[in-house]
Amino acid sequence: MVYSISVRDLTKNFNGFTAVNRISFSVKKGEIFAFLGPNGAGKTTTIKILTTLLRPSGGSVHVNGYSLKDKDRIRQSFGIVFQDPSLDDELTAYENMVFHAIFYAVPKKVYAKRIEELLKFVELWDRKDSRVKTFSGGMKRRLEIARGLIHHPKILFLDEPTLGLDAQTRNLVLNHVREINKKEGMTVFLTTHYLDEAEKIADTIAIIDHGVLVAKGSLSSLLKKTEKKTLEAAYLKLTGTSIRNDQASSLEHLRTRMRVWKK
Amino acid sequence: MIAQMYIMWLRQLKRYWRSKPRMIGALGQPVLFLVALGFGLGPVFQRAGEGDYVTFLAPGIIGMSILFTGMFTGIEVIWDRQFGFLKETLVAPVSRVQIMIGRTLGGATIAVGQGILVLLISLAIGFHVENWALLPLALLFMALIAVLFTAFGTAIASKLTDMHAFPLIINFLIMPIFFLSGALFPLRDLPQALSVIISFNPLAYGIDGLRAALTSSAEFSVVTSLAVMCSVTIVIVLLGSYLFSKIEV
Repeated sequence: MVYSISVRDLTKNFNGFTAVNRISFSVKKGEIFAFLGPNGAGKTTTIKILTTLLRPSGGSVHVNGYSLKDKDRIRQSFGIVFQDPSLDDELTAYENMVFHAIFYAVPKKVYAKRIEELLKFVELWDRKDSRVKTFSGGMKRRLEIARGLIHHPKILFLDEPTLGLDAQTRNLVLNHVREINKKEGMTVFLTTHYLDEAEKIADTIAIIDHGVLVAKGSLSSLLKKTEKKTLEAAYLKLTGTSIRNDQASSLEHLRTRMRVWKK
Repeated sequence: MIAQMYIMWLRQLKRYWRSKPRMIGALGQPVLFLVALGFGLGPVFQRAGEGDYVTFLAPGIIGMSILFTGMFTGIEVIWDRQFGFLKETLVAPVSRVQIMIGRTLGGATIAVGQGILVLLISLAIGFHVENWALLPLALLFMALIAVLFTAFGTAIASKLTDMHAFPLIINFLIMPIFFLSGALFPLRDLPQALSVIISFNPLAYGIDGLRAALTSSAEFSVVTSLAVMCSVTIVIVLLGSYLFSKIEV
């Protein structure tokens, strides 16, 4: 198994609107894969499908060698940090970690050590008994990363892990990600709007726009292909400079309406 | 599998225990009802030859506090969705049914605890338990009411993602269930229409069973109440599990 994720012709329709249109890509084992694209391009939809939260409309997806039908096996094999916080604010940092460990059936002897190791790694060990509601945004993010790692996942999904963090914390979070990737040989699937981050840590970069993959490859190959000097310039060349809000307005409306109706 | 349900249960209890204002707030209403209605309407009730109103009312108010606490803890799924924790549970390799059952048992435990507190308060203000040997039966009815309405709350919250609909639920579900249950008035000699409506309300059977166990007076037979409560609870738990398993985030 050389690939952690392989996706063939993945398509997702929402009531006639195609959010993801026949995309194909593979993520190599142990690499940091950055998945970039403007707002509403289909990044989060793709992550939700890869993490079994959404069913695809078509195409085939394999995560760690399991097809999407093998839901529980896939779920056991990845960790995820969502775009929005997903901690229980009323519980302490340690309790959040224990909850996760038990949900992923990690034996007590194993998780006691692992939690200590991870909380020390993200520098939250001395705050382990504080309730999460007293944490800053950066601390919550670090805790979520630590939590996602308890069950030794083979892939870590990070959906805009540095959104809304200050430069210091962003740097710290990125260093953590790189360190885990090195130390545990873990595949990292990352989405971000900060192109310098992708430039810094990604081995492979894929760019999605309007539900279609527009480019994929190493940083140097993307720069060569677009004849640009920075990832940002290359990205803008590939996806255009128009702001998505105007053009996406009717689309966004449709999505919002759909979100409301679905509920 | 048990461990996952246990940790879900424990989480509900911890959250509740840590939210003291919520505990106190949840006791305020039943105490007010007991004191204001119990002593306020007591003389009229007595003159009508129905005996002591506090004795009649207490099982109803115990049922009410369980109804409210159960529904609210069930509806907490909405908060979990809002604050993101729901995703953490739904993306884990644990079946939705287990999550739902763990949650429901957690909420029901809290609701029964709340009901026991109201029972103790009732005793303090003059409520008499007719036969203490029937206490286990009373606890059984309390548990059934608790599980039923916690699961009901979870079922509603699974379909509902808008916090603003919350007052609607209180006014159009919880309040009618409570007022049309015989918690506050005897079910005898009611207008036909009201009787019919009440006979479709499971809480009426729950409270009647509770009243039978605590005060040895009841409208329906204990067997009927028990049978109705058990079957409705099973149906609602199944429905809740189904709806919860369909949640998309």
